Amino acid sequence: MHMADALLSPTVGGTMWAVSAGTIAFCSRKIRRDTDDSKIPLMGVLGAFIFAAQMINFTIPVTGSSGHLGGGMILAILLGPYAAFLTIASVLMVQALFFADGGLLALGCNIFNLGFFPAFIAYPFIYKKMIGSQPSVTRLTVASIIAAIVGLQLGAFGVVLETIFSGISSLPFPTFVAVMQPIHLAIGIIEGLVTASVVSFVYKARPEIMQSAMESHPIGSYSVRSVALAFLVAAIITGGIVSWFASTNPDGLEWAITKVTGKEELDGPKQGLHAALSTLQERVSFLPNYAFKKPAEATNVVIEHTQPLPSVQTGQKAGAATSHFETTVAGLVGGASTLVIAFLIGAILKRRGQTEYAKKRSEQTGNCKP
Amino acid sequence: MASIHKAVLDLKSLDLLANGNSSVHRLDARAKVLVSLVFILCVVSYGRYELAVLFPFFIFPIVMISMAGLPPLFILKKILLLCPFVLAVGIFNPVFDRQILLHLGPLGISGGWVSFASILTRSILTVGTGFILVGVTGFTAVCQALEKLGMPRVFAVQLLFLYRYIFVLTEESGRASRARELRSCGKKGLGIHSFSSLVGHLLLRTWQRAERIHMAMLARGFTGEFHASRQSGFGMPEIRFALIWSTLFIFLRLQNVPQLLGSLITGLNP
Amino acid sequence: MSHHIVEVKNLQHIYSDGTAAIKDVSFIITHGESVGIIGANGAGKSTLLQHLNGSLEPTGGSIHIGHTPLTKGTLPDIRRTVGMVFQDPDDQLFMPTVFDDVAFGPLNLGYTPADVEERVTEVLELVGAGHLRDKPPYHLSGGEKKRVAIATVLSMSPDILVMDEPTNGLDPFARRQLIKLMRDFKHTRIFTSHDLDMVLELCNRVIVLHEGVVRADGPTLEIFNNDKLLSECRLEKPFSMQGCPVCSSAIK
Repeated sequence: MHMADALLSPTVGGTMWAVSAGTIAFCSRKIRRDTDDSKIPLMGVLGAFIFAAQMINFTIPVTGSSGHLGGGMILAILLGPYAAFLTIASVLMVQALFFADGGLLALGCNIFNLGFFPAFIAYPFIYKKMIGSQPSVTRLTVASIIAAIVGLQLGAFGVVLETIFSGISSLPFPTFVAVMQPIHLAIGIIEGLVTASVVSFVYKARPEIMQSAMESHPIGSYSVRSVALAFLVAAIITGGIVSWFASTNPDGLEWAITKVTGKEELDGPKQGLHAALSTLQERVSFLPNYAFKKPAEATNVVIEHTQPLPSVQTGQKAGAATSHFETTVAGLVGGASTLVIAFLIGAILKRRGQTEYAKKRSEQTGNCKP
Repeated sequence: MASIHKAVLDLKSLDLLANGNSSVHRLDARAKVLVSLVFILCVVSYGRYELAVLFPFFIFPIVMISMAGLPPLFILKKILLLCPFVLAVGIFNPVFDRQILLHLGPLGISGGWVSFASILTRSILTVGTGFILVGVTGFTAVCQALEKLGMPRVFAVQLLFLYRYIFVLTEESGRASRARELRSCGKKGLGIHSFSSLVGHLLLRTWQRAERIHMAMLARGFTGEFHASRQSGFGMPEIRFALIWSTLFIFLRLQNVPQLLGSLITGLNP
Repeated sequence: MSHHIVEVKNLQHIYSDGTAAIKDVSFIITHGESVGIIGANGAGKSTLLQHLNGSLEPTGGSIHIGHTPLTKGTLPDIRRTVGMVFQDPDDQLFMPTVFDDVAFGPLNLGYTPADVEERVTEVLELVGAGHLRDKPPYHLSGGEKKRVAIATVLSMSPDILVMDEPTNGLDPFARRQLIKLMRDFKHTRIFTSHDLDMVLELCNRVIVLHEGVVRADGPTLEIFNNDKLLSECRLEKPFSMQGCPVCSSAIK
C-alpha cells in the first residue's frame, strides 16, 4: 500500500526523502561502477514490464478474487539489489506522478517501504540464503514466498510507523498494525507465489538469465556489512526525527509507544473495528438528533481498547474546542471566500488566455491565407 | 487489469497536455518542480485540525490550470480517483476522534470529521499539484529537471527508458491478456498456471527487447556516456515564477489569511 | 571510397544452444550496390545482418568492411560506417523525443551542439519528418516511426545502410513513401525482406539464403525467374511478375 502526502508531516516526509535519495545515489554509483551499461536499458524496460504485467490477472483459487504481480521481489531476483532498488524507485515515481499513488512528498516513504525492504533485506538475507548455490524449483518457490512475505510485512510496518509519527491520522497504532500486517500477509503470500511461478518459468526457459543475475552480484561480506551500515544510518536518522517529533508533539507518539509496550490485547481489533464502524454508521444516520450530544458521551462509545487515546486527548482538546469555536467559524467563512476568489482569478486568467489564443489563431490563419 | 489499461490511456493524454505552449509550459522545468515542492511542503506542514487555512492554497492549482489551458474537468476527474489508501485511513479519524470541535448551529462536528476533511483537502491539493506539474511540464522534462537538481544520471536515464517502454509493453501485455481471456471460459483458464507462463513469456520477450535496445544503442556509437542534448536556461521568467509563488506560499503559511478575511466579513473576533 | 565494400568470408554462427544459424556464407558487395538478402523464415537473414555491425560475433570466418577487418578494436569505426535500421522501430527509438533520438548518434560521435542541431534538422527533412521533431516516439504512427528510425541512422552519415524488413507492417501508402525514400539513397544498401516486390524495385542483385548457406547470388530478375530455385527455398515470384489473376482467369 502506498503512503500518501495527505497523511504525512513534513518532518517524516522530508526524512524519508533524504534516506531514499541517499540510497538512490549510493545505488547509482554502485551500478555505474560495477556493471556494464547494458543493464541500464534492461532496468528501464523491466520497470515498464512491471506495469505491463500488472495488466494481467489471475484467479486466486479459494477466494475467487484476482491477483497480479507485485514487482519488488521479482526485480530483486532478476536484477540484484542495487539495480532493483533503482527500478522500483522509478516505477513508484511514475505511479506518483501519473496515477496519484501517494504523492511527491510521500515518494520518499514509498521508495523506502517498497524498495529498500525487498531489495536489501528480503533478497540478500532470505532469498539468497535459502536458495543457496543449487537452485531447484521447490527452493525457488519457498524462498520467493518467504522473502515476499517478509519484504511486505516490513513495508507495511513502515507505512504504519510513518503514519503514526506524522500524527495526521487518528488511527491508533495497535489497530493500524492489526489491520495492515494480516492484509499484507495475504498479499505477501500471493506475491510470493506469483513471483515464484514466473521466476521458475524463466529459470526453466532461459537458465542463463537467472545464472547471470545470480553471479553478477555475489553476496559477499561487503553486502551484509553495507546493508547493516545503511540500516544503522537509517535508524539513527529516524531516531533523530522521532525524538525531535516526540518533544514537539507529545500526543501521537506517546500513546503509540504506550500502546506498543502496554497491556492491550491485540486479538480484539476485528471486533473492535467492527463495533466502531457500526457505531459510526448509527451516529451518522442519527446525526441531527444527536447533534447536542456531549463530548464525554461521545468518547464513551469508543470501544475499550482505544480508551487511552481519548483520555490523553480529552483534556487538551476540550480547551481547544471552546477556543476553537469562534476562530473556526470565522476561518471557515474566510476560507470559503478565498476559494471563491481563487476561482474568480482562475476564470479571469482563463478568459484572457483564450482571447489571446484566439487572437494568435486568427493571426496565424490570416498569415496562411495570402 | 482494465483500470491499468485505462490508466495508461490517461497517462498518454496527460502526457499530451505537456505539449501545450502557454507561458507556464515554456518555463524551465526546474522552476516548476521547485515551486511544486514548496507548495506541497507548506500544505502538509499544517496540523491535523487545520482546514480553513488550506483553502487559500487552491489559488495555485487554479491559476496554473487556467494559465496553462489544462482541461479542468479532466484534472478534476483524475483527482477524484483519490488514492484509496488515504480514504481508508482517513475515514478512521471520525471513528476514533469524537471530541466535538465546533458547532455549526445545532450540528456538532467532531475533531475526527474536521481532520478527515483536512486530509481530503490536503489530498486534493497535493495530488492535483502532481498532475498539474506533469501536465504543464511532461514527465521527461520533470526527470531532466530532477537530474539537473542532482538526481544521479544512471537513475534518470533508466527512468526515461521505463517511461518510453511503458507504452510499448502495456500494449503487448494487453494483447496477450485479451488473447488469454478469449480462450478461457469464465474463471476457467485464468488461474495462476496460465498466468505464470503468460507473464513469463512476456518477461522473456522484454528481456530480449532490452538486448535489442542495447544493440541499437551500441550501433549508434553509445559508449556508456549519456549526452545532454538541449540546454534550457533558468532565466528571469523562471526566477520570477519561483520567487512569486514561493513567497506567496510562505506568506499564506505564516499568516492565517482566511482568519483575517473571515473576521472582516463576519465581525467575529478571534 | 573503399569504405563501401562489404566482404563476408566463410561466415559461420552457432548459437549457444547449439543451433547453427549460419553455416557457410561468403559474398562481396561493392560500392553503391543495392542488394536484397532473401530467404525463408529461419534461413539466417537476421543473424547475418547482426554480424555486419558487430552485434554478434562470428563463430567462424571473417567480415571486412572497407578493407578493415571487423574486430573489437575496429568496432566503433565500423558501427559508424554501417548504419543499421532494425526491424522493430520501437527497439531503435528509445529517447524521449524524436529530436533526442536522432541526436543520440551525433552526440555520441562528439559533434558540437550546433552541428547536432543542423545535422538533425537536415536528416529529418530528408526523411520527411521535420514536423515530428518534438514528438515522443510513442505518439508516432508505424510509418512515421520507420522514417524516424532511418533518420537516426542517417544522422551518423553512414556509408552503408543495412535494413532489416523495412516495409514490414506498413500500410501501402507508407510502404510506397518508404520505397521512394530508399531509392534516392546513394549509399551501398543491403535489405532483408519478405516483400519481394520491394526487392524487385530497389535491388539489382539478390542473395538467396537457405538453411544457413548461400543458395544463389545474382541479378534480381534472373533469380526471380528461376521458379525451381524459388520453390526449393520456400519463396515465390514477386506478385508484380506473376500474371494478373483476374485477367488470366478471364481469358480462360
